[in-house]
Amino acid sequence: MLEMLVLEPSAKTPSITFNGENGKLELRGRSIPENSIEFYKPLIDWVDQYGSSPNPTTVVEVKLEYFNTSSSKCILDLFKKLEKINGSGTEVKVNWYYEEDDEDMMEAGEDYQAIIKLPFTMIEVEEI
Amino acid sequence: MILSFKGVVTADLLTSILQIMESRMESSNESPRVRKKVFNVLVECLQNLYHHADDYPDGRTALVMIAKEGNAFTVRTGNYIDNERAEDLKERLKIINTMDKEGLKEYYQNSLESSVVSSKGTAGLGMIDIARKSGNKLDFEFLNIDNERSFFCLNVKID
Repeated sequence: MLEMLVLEPSAKTPSITFNGENGKLELRGRSIPENSIEFYKPLIDWVDQYGSSPNPTTVVEVKLEYFNTSSSKCILDLFKKLEKINGSGTEVKVNWYYEEDDEDMMEAGEDYQAIIKLPFTMIEVEEI
Repeated sequence: MILSFKGVVTADLLTSILQIMESRMESSNESPRVRKKVFNVLVECLQNLYHHADDYPDGRTALVMIAKEGNAFTVRTGNYIDNERAEDLKERLKIINTMDKEGLKEYYQNSLESSVVSSKGTAGLGMIDIARKSGNKLDFEFLNIDNERSFFCLNVKID
């Protein structure tokens, strides 16, 4: 069993925590690095390992304020990995948060919902 | 005019411009909706300049101008581009400008699903995203310089 992946936030990257013991993954903050592949690689690799002995439930909490198009592709790759492990030892759910007047972030969640076969819950909050 | 810049776009410069604009917009009481849109468009525009800054060792200079005219923000950029790429880009921008909100959404989703990220980290989604977030048609121009190069001007309005 993997324990915990923690990536500290920076001015251009979000905080990421993935608790292997309760299956909770959280992305929070902004994701606008010039090259997001480098930044997301540890998370993608970690999900690969996690998939071999996952928690019975995996909950992904996406609480992003901004993300750029470079990150959008990496986030899609993350969801694709999670889509693959869904149903084989774990049930994956996505909670997509957006601020109440942020139609763009709501639509960004809908974009992934249209592509990825995972249950998405859209959650409107006052402030992320 | 809020900010204008002429020079080579580095990662540090990009960070500074974003920080300046963020604090400017926060202190000017812009609505969160407009603030986020301007910030998003700016990130994509600046990163486009940044990723292509190395294409021309002798002509890396780019232009950035950010202004507020009435209630609308405008982000203008200018950079060198080779003529072959200019043709491709022109065609893509023309297609983007024929699309309405729903059309852009579909185009973005299809492109997101099929795109491959380059080694630079670019996914080819920037212009579609800029058009979606701006909600206006993209105003652009390609000024021919010589047989090899053009100067690409992009004018994005956010209101």
